[in-house]
Amino acid sequence: MTTSMAEILAAHPLVAGLSGDGVALLVGCAKNVVFAPGDLLIIEGAPADTFYLVRRGHVAIEVHAPGRGGIVIETVGPGAVVGWSWLVPPYQWTFDARATDDVGAIAIDGACLRAKALSDPAFGYALLTKVSTELLARLQATRLRLLDLYADRDER
Amino acid sequence: MTPAVHRVVERREETRDVTTLMLEPVEGPRLAFRPGQFNMLTAFGVGEVAISVSGAPREEGPLRHTVRDVGAVSHALCQRQVGDLVGVRGPFGSDWRVSPDCAPGPILDVHDVVVIAGGIGLAPLRGAVHELVARSHETGGRVFVLVGARDPSQVVYHDDLEAWDREGAVVLVTVDRGTPEWRGRVGLVTALLADAGFDPSSTAALICGPEIMMRFSARALVDSGVDASRILVSLERNMQCGLGWCGHCQLGPFLLCRDGPVVPYSGVVSTLLNERER
Repeated sequence: MTTSMAEILAAHPLVAGLSGDGVALLVGCAKNVVFAPGDLLIIEGAPADTFYLVRRGHVAIEVHAPGRGGIVIETVGPGAVVGWSWLVPPYQWTFDARATDDVGAIAIDGACLRAKALSDPAFGYALLTKVSTELLARLQATRLRLLDLYADRDER
Repeated sequence: MTPAVHRVVERREETRDVTTLMLEPVEGPRLAFRPGQFNMLTAFGVGEVAISVSGAPREEGPLRHTVRDVGAVSHALCQRQVGDLVGVRGPFGSDWRVSPDCAPGPILDVHDVVVIAGGIGLAPLRGAVHELVARSHETGGRVFVLVGARDPSQVVYHDDLEAWDREGAVVLVTVDRGTPEWRGRVGLVTALLADAGFDPSSTAALICGPEIMMRFSARALVDSGVDASRILVSLERNMQCGLGWCGHCQLGPFLLCRDGPVVPYSGVVSTLLNERER
């Protein structure tokens, strides 16, 4: 039994809940991709033209530093979105994203999706609501990590 | 209550500032306890502090406590060497209700149990995980152990984590800050929930760690579909008498040394966790 791209997309948290028409619009911008451990999905400074919906495996979001190599900021797994900079100018990646194991993902053409969102505002609003939900969750998790919750505390 | 004098028979340095002390009573049998309960440990000449039992009832051998060096008393305890004496008063408080001999808890009738530990919060959960993993072999249920730590050097109980994994539990570890050598996950412990693969409709959860972490973990579990009444958290306040007499550990209607440390998340506790201190 084969699974259509629409079904695959609809199972991803970023897409789940969008209308059938919305999923159909996404299908036209999507393709299946795989990455081997160590492969770069995204390179800092490169044009942010394609982002990824992770289906399996894990991806490390990294920033490289002289003498230290890639510093992992966060790892994300199945159900996550890799890459946000396709959404806003200057459409340029800020971090690297590297596969830490065998990764299966859906690659989405960002320019294609932006064009469809512009031409269909209802779809665009629904899509941005989903994207904002994911972004908010990531922002909140980042804020909690900034608290350094596990640091030394005084004895009570 | 007078502390029972115990002797340190073994000590393990888990991390830079976390030490496990194995204690044998100088006289009499080992104290009976249930996972989640705590003892008041005395560093003679320094003071007394509440420390959870980190052993498992089905483990043979000495009484086990894991202590983080964060203040005068815990520092003195962490400095104790094999042969030194420590006072033990307890056990006190409620437990995770995973032992066969305790009143039925939220793990009854569920297929999956998710254990979420933050930092040294794995210590009060260690005995419960031992029981749950053993129980899963009998019941066919699944155990998910999700561990968050500040950095790889702060992950405790490596041997146990590997053993639980070998015995069929799903063990996932994440750190807030990776290192060049670290090949595991980096991120908040709640991010592991999506990877775990438990069935929210038949899941109970045990959570221990910094209170903010417990609050957000409990919310994430509820958001994923876990029944709030099946979530237990371990709370800590200023435990002193251990008997509910002195009131130092009061949290709303609870005296945590007696009614806690393990309490249901639903109802009053979920409200209290969001309540600001006045």
